[in-house]
Amino acid sequence: MAGDPTASPRVALFVTCLADTIRPRLGFAALDLLEAAGCRVEVPEAQTCCGQPSFNSGDRAGAAALARRMIAAFEGYDYVVAPSGSCAAMVCAHYPEALEGDAEWAPRAAELAGRTHELLSFLADVRGWRPSGVALPATATYHDSCSGLRELGVQAQPRALLGAVEGLEMRPLAGNDVCCGFGGTFCVKYPSISNAIVGEKAAAIEATGAGLLLGGDLGCLMNMAGAMHRRGTTVRAFHAAEILAGMGDGPAIGEEDGA
Amino acid sequence: MKVDLSFKGVTGRAIADRRLKTAIDRTTMTAETKRRLALMDYPQFEAARARGTAIKDHVVANLDHYLEEFERNAVASGAVVHWAATAEEACGIVVGLCRQAGARHVTRAKSMLGEEIGLPHALEAADIERVETDLAEHIIQLAKEAPSHIVWPALHKTREEVAELFRVAHGRPQDSEDVPAMVESARRQLRSLFLGADVGISGANFLLADTGGVCTVTNEGNAELTTTPPRMHIVTAGIEKLVPSLPHAYALLRLLVRSATGADITQYTTFHTGPKRAGDRDGPEEFHIVLVDNGRSRMLATGLRDMLRCIRCGACMNHCVVYRQIGGHAYGATYPGPMGAVLTPALEGVEKTRDLPHACTLNGRCQEVCPVGIPLPTLLRGWRDTSWKEGLVPGSVRAGLWAWRFVAERPRLYRLATAAAVRAMRLFGRRGWIAGMPGAGGWTDYRDLPAPAGRTFMEQLRDRKTGR
Repeated sequence: MAGDPTASPRVALFVTCLADTIRPRLGFAALDLLEAAGCRVEVPEAQTCCGQPSFNSGDRAGAAALARRMIAAFEGYDYVVAPSGSCAAMVCAHYPEALEGDAEWAPRAAELAGRTHELLSFLADVRGWRPSGVALPATATYHDSCSGLRELGVQAQPRALLGAVEGLEMRPLAGNDVCCGFGGTFCVKYPSISNAIVGEKAAAIEATGAGLLLGGDLGCLMNMAGAMHRRGTTVRAFHAAEILAGMGDGPAIGEEDGA
Repeated sequence: MKVDLSFKGVTGRAIADRRLKTAIDRTTMTAETKRRLALMDYPQFEAARARGTAIKDHVVANLDHYLEEFERNAVASGAVVHWAATAEEACGIVVGLCRQAGARHVTRAKSMLGEEIGLPHALEAADIERVETDLAEHIIQLAKEAPSHIVWPALHKTREEVAELFRVAHGRPQDSEDVPAMVESARRQLRSLFLGADVGISGANFLLADTGGVCTVTNEGNAELTTTPPRMHIVTAGIEKLVPSLPHAYALLRLLVRSATGADITQYTTFHTGPKRAGDRDGPEEFHIVLVDNGRSRMLATGLRDMLRCIRCGACMNHCVVYRQIGGHAYGATYPGPMGAVLTPALEGVEKTRDLPHACTLNGRCQEVCPVGIPLPTLLRGWRDTSWKEGLVPGSVRAGLWAWRFVAERPRLYRLATAAAVRAMRLFGRRGWIAGMPGAGGWTDYRDLPAPAGRTFMEQLRDRKTGR
């Protein structure tokens, strides 16, 4: 099955804590896209947080404990897919590191890392899927979130997928590969520095003249959208998966409809 | 009013300083563009990076061997080799040599190692007049400041500020729009001082084990004028500057210059080997090399081996979003930016410097541009691990992460807690956004927080399944 796009793989959706709590519609967009790409999708109940906040704060024991739980929760699926480069990279790039030297769990971490993917790259690379019949008459620009870009090589895939959305005009973003200043807990531990960074990012987004900001990581999108809203900018932010799932006519981040 | 010298206070003032931001942007943006263009003309960069990395790793793995070889060959060339375990020892040796030479007035070519060991202060304390000959070092000496970047020490100064400094110090009118004329003014000011110095002090970009030679690179020629006319030349160099031989120095030089300034090669690349020989027209009568450890062997043993590859190009800071907002001085140490945030805790202890490895988004761009592939984010995370283990993480952060972990380890509790949290958060939302909420000031002091939907994804999914 792996590598054979005609088969129907059993996929676990790793929904991520931010999508679960802040933007459920992103979780549903991911579900729809994975099903459209021919997957049998399940959402394991035992999943919680990937442990990235602990790992990046130096709490190795906490990170390892959460990593073990997640490895167990995602046991037995052909693939594990997350609508976030950052959370997927935590599993792919850092679980083996977090459990290094653990004779039982290190091999299991490596095994999970091998079948875990970021959503957009999974759709494009593993499933060879392209949207068809999705239209959105709008102009948009794309920010490459750092973990997905540098740890997983997600760059061409979202653009290829969005390129197949009818009527969507993509505009280049200056500094598209420069950090937006989110950085997980960084943005609340060093908020004045984070704010200065995202201020420059907001100005670059505004300079494109695009109506929409798209990206692949909810944390970064919330940071940029939140900064732009405070500045009074009218650019609307969506996760790229929502556009691909035909949900671009729904509320953008911060326009929650109460669903 | 008492000035807040905490990291928060210092960075807050730096961010508010728009003139500083102009200065930072002018230089780092130019550096980023020039480096990118240089790499477009250098398709073998990846291969060169792999080779550079291998050279440095090999030397670090065989440091004893190459140090002994270097000493043997340097001594054979007529140099005197000194060993300094600490910054104090190194400064003591240099000051002692200056006194021995009866020096009242020394010239110095830019050396970050010199800054690291506090040599400018040691010379001042010994009443030895120091003339900085690098243009940027000349500027910050006039301003009585410290370097804010390892390649452009005066990066934080705008040309307008430099014009004012030169007007007063050089006693001539200056035009800030005419940079070549300002450079000429500095040249006139420094030229006579070069020739009257008793001792010249330089650093080293590479130490060549097979000849005992010392390589310096500059774009101004000031290192040559610093080291050649005086009777005595003193080199201070970190022990990680060793390379086996000339081809290895060239391999690293190609990486260094492109990464630092985007040029193919520096204007001046000089190899100094021993003192003036019989029949030489010029050169120093005495040539001293002070090899400085200052914590480097300890780094080898404490998981920071990769950091010893650093060739001090500055690319990591030029591409760092944090450096570009706060500038070099906010790091409060000799080395700023990502490489500084790794090195400073090693040099000064993580207790006093714990903010440096934490004030980073771990975006990985520094590692991407590093010409010797140093995994800077991993090393920064290593300091966070140490900081956590040593109990240096604030209690509130520790408690927050502990609570998050406690809940996240219990999926049923996690579902209840997240369901309750999103309902509570919604109470603070106005038209989809939260502008302020108890405990969320870190976010909402600066930006709005999207209000969550009324129910979590997991709740909504369960409803869908049960057909509600």
